[in-house]
Amino acid sequence: MYQYTDFDKQFVKLRAQQFRDQLERWQRGELSDEQMLPLRLQNGWYIQRYAPMARIAVPYGEISSLQLRTLGRIAREYDQPSPELLAHAQATQDALEASQPGATLAAAPLKYGYGHFSTRTNCQFNWIPITKAADVMDLLASVHMHGIQTSGNDIRNITCDALEGIAEDGIVDCRPFAEITRQWSSLHPEFSYLPRKFKIAFNGALEDRAAIGWYDIGLQALKNDAGEVGFTVKVGGGMGRTPIIGTTVREFLPWAELLNYIEAIIRVYNGYGRRDNKWKARIKILVKSEGQAFIDAVEKEYHAIVDLDGAPHTITQAELDRVTSHFVVPELKPANLQAKVDPKGQLYQRWLAQNVRGHQLPGMKTVTLSFKRVGFAPGDADADTLDALAQLAEQFSASEARLTHEQNLLLPWVFEADLPALYEAARRLGLAQPNIGLLTDMIACPGGDFCSLANARSLHIAAAVTERYQDLDELFDIGPIDLHMSGCINSCGHHHSGHIGILGVDKDGKEWYQVTLGGADGTALSGPAIGGKVVGPAFTAAEVPGVIEALLDTYRELRHPGEFFIDALRRIGHDPFKQAANAARHAKAEALQ
Amino acid sequence: MKIIASDALPTSANAENTLQIANDADLAELATSGAFAGVDRIELQFPKFTDGRAYSQALLLRRRYKFTGDIRATGDVLIDQLVHMHRSGFSSAVLAEGVDAAAAQRQFDRFGAFYQGDVLEPRPLFAREAA
Repeated sequence: MYQYTDFDKQFVKLRAQQFRDQLERWQRGELSDEQMLPLRLQNGWYIQRYAPMARIAVPYGEISSLQLRTLGRIAREYDQPSPELLAHAQATQDALEASQPGATLAAAPLKYGYGHFSTRTNCQFNWIPITKAADVMDLLASVHMHGIQTSGNDIRNITCDALEGIAEDGIVDCRPFAEITRQWSSLHPEFSYLPRKFKIAFNGALEDRAAIGWYDIGLQALKNDAGEVGFTVKVGGGMGRTPIIGTTVREFLPWAELLNYIEAIIRVYNGYGRRDNKWKARIKILVKSEGQAFIDAVEKEYHAIVDLDGAPHTITQAELDRVTSHFVVPELKPANLQAKVDPKGQLYQRWLAQNVRGHQLPGMKTVTLSFKRVGFAPGDADADTLDALAQLAEQFSASEARLTHEQNLLLPWVFEADLPALYEAARRLGLAQPNIGLLTDMIACPGGDFCSLANARSLHIAAAVTERYQDLDELFDIGPIDLHMSGCINSCGHHHSGHIGILGVDKDGKEWYQVTLGGADGTALSGPAIGGKVVGPAFTAAEVPGVIEALLDTYRELRHPGEFFIDALRRIGHDPFKQAANAARHAKAEALQ
Repeated sequence: MKIIASDALPTSANAENTLQIANDADLAELATSGAFAGVDRIELQFPKFTDGRAYSQALLLRRRYKFTGDIRATGDVLIDQLVHMHRSGFSSAVLAEGVDAAAAQRQFDRFGAFYQGDVLEPRPLFAREAA
């Protein structure tokens, strides 16, 4: 993985120093809250319901054992509310639950002392006091980590397919390009106060596993007939209130032009993106309203950059080679640990089938550790688990791991012969559920338990579905399916792209949930990216698990042999599913009377 | 970069050779019409410090339209954006009312260099290191 140069190391240290200076001026009253807001956001610090949230960047998901251990230390030493704060927060959440109409879905107590893996390969902490923020940034800088541009109206943390450079269907390893783009976007003088946030994703394989259709800029790497590397450029995808799939503006952009072209896109956006309405400020709205005129403006700007400005950010072969040299195969050593796993055992076989994938290198595998388990929110890793992950990566995967967009952790360099021992070790940590790609491998944002933007809680629903579908025979029978849930329309839980999507909405201070059907993130399972369609009026939290069950029962009743949920839904149409969902609502309502 | 406190602004600015450009103005059109000729200073507007359109304008004035006079930031100009402004091509800034210039210099002293090229140093880090 990328190793920081002296410049990179100094840069994050200075950034931490700068943030300390800003915090101190804010605490002394020299900066107002309003003036401080974008400064702290640009360093990954939110103010949430009860405490600040720190969003730490894990650029394109790659993380080392040393970094995992540091996250563990932050979880243990800093992600700790005072007893008074925790009691206040819990009492407030309990009151929220008590205020909900009708039957309730009991929520687990608020947790602390853990990191949360987000859908955009960030790691979030929920309880770090703002007075310790600068110390945490210094600690992160010591292991080459930061929160630079993980929030704010700027170019955000850049994501990739979790299998870049190791996927069997890989075309181009996009990590060097993502790193070059990360460096170019960091503290960009012109693009730090855009109309709204700006997210860039790369995908370097045949299958789109990075959801690039849903990004402000989605870049699909490919090779032309001459074998030269370039990118198909999509612009203007996004979720939120107006879900839109990105428009292809360039079929093949030569790799050396990447930064010049991104600069053109963002400059046009900076000039013409709407600033009068937060909900219409993303580039997708500009692309949608202007259509071809937007594309023409970008092309014109790009040509001006090249013809008039001297294209100073044209990527040189030397720079690509320098950065690429960091992404070579690490020194690989098998763990050679004894294991007592029955290789024919059903659980182990299921784990091999769901959690283990092929690799570009013969004899190697990639293994996904499942962070979708009973008693934990999707993507949550407590301090001990983070430490244990560091050790697992050391033992089994050349000290490297990757956060995935589905909120799991992937080990990229596992010897096939080590699988039984790794399975045992993962099982001891509770991370060997054979559920990757299945219903319980759901995506969920932290929702109304923590987030001040949320309209409704999501974690208690995630917990209920997880508990309900623990029978592996049933889970495997239901088969591959994407269940995504967001606590509000900001769509951090990517509900638009779920085969089943759950969206928390607020009506008169009560939590309600819209259910959508038929979304797709862009992977091979469900084809090109598309937003789901709402099934009808919103449901209560208590109804949602039953609605999901009704949808799944309808699928199992109507499917052809071997047909997946999404295919059955598309063949049959939404109507029987809608009816089943609405029947689940009616049954509950009658039961209450 | 010349930092000017809001109360230190001379009341009779030389308006004759100063061009004020709104942050939604089309620079290409202005350039075509010769609007920058004979102008000593261009004032660009920050109606709110979070409205970043003038950064692009300043950069284009320098890099594309080769404007060599003073480019002045006006409006909601705060300390923590000054380095971005300087790098984008601003050569002077009038701080918003009530903003103390004392903490400004520290911001300029902190970072010795940046990754991407800018108006002060058009080459990105990788091109500088290769040279």
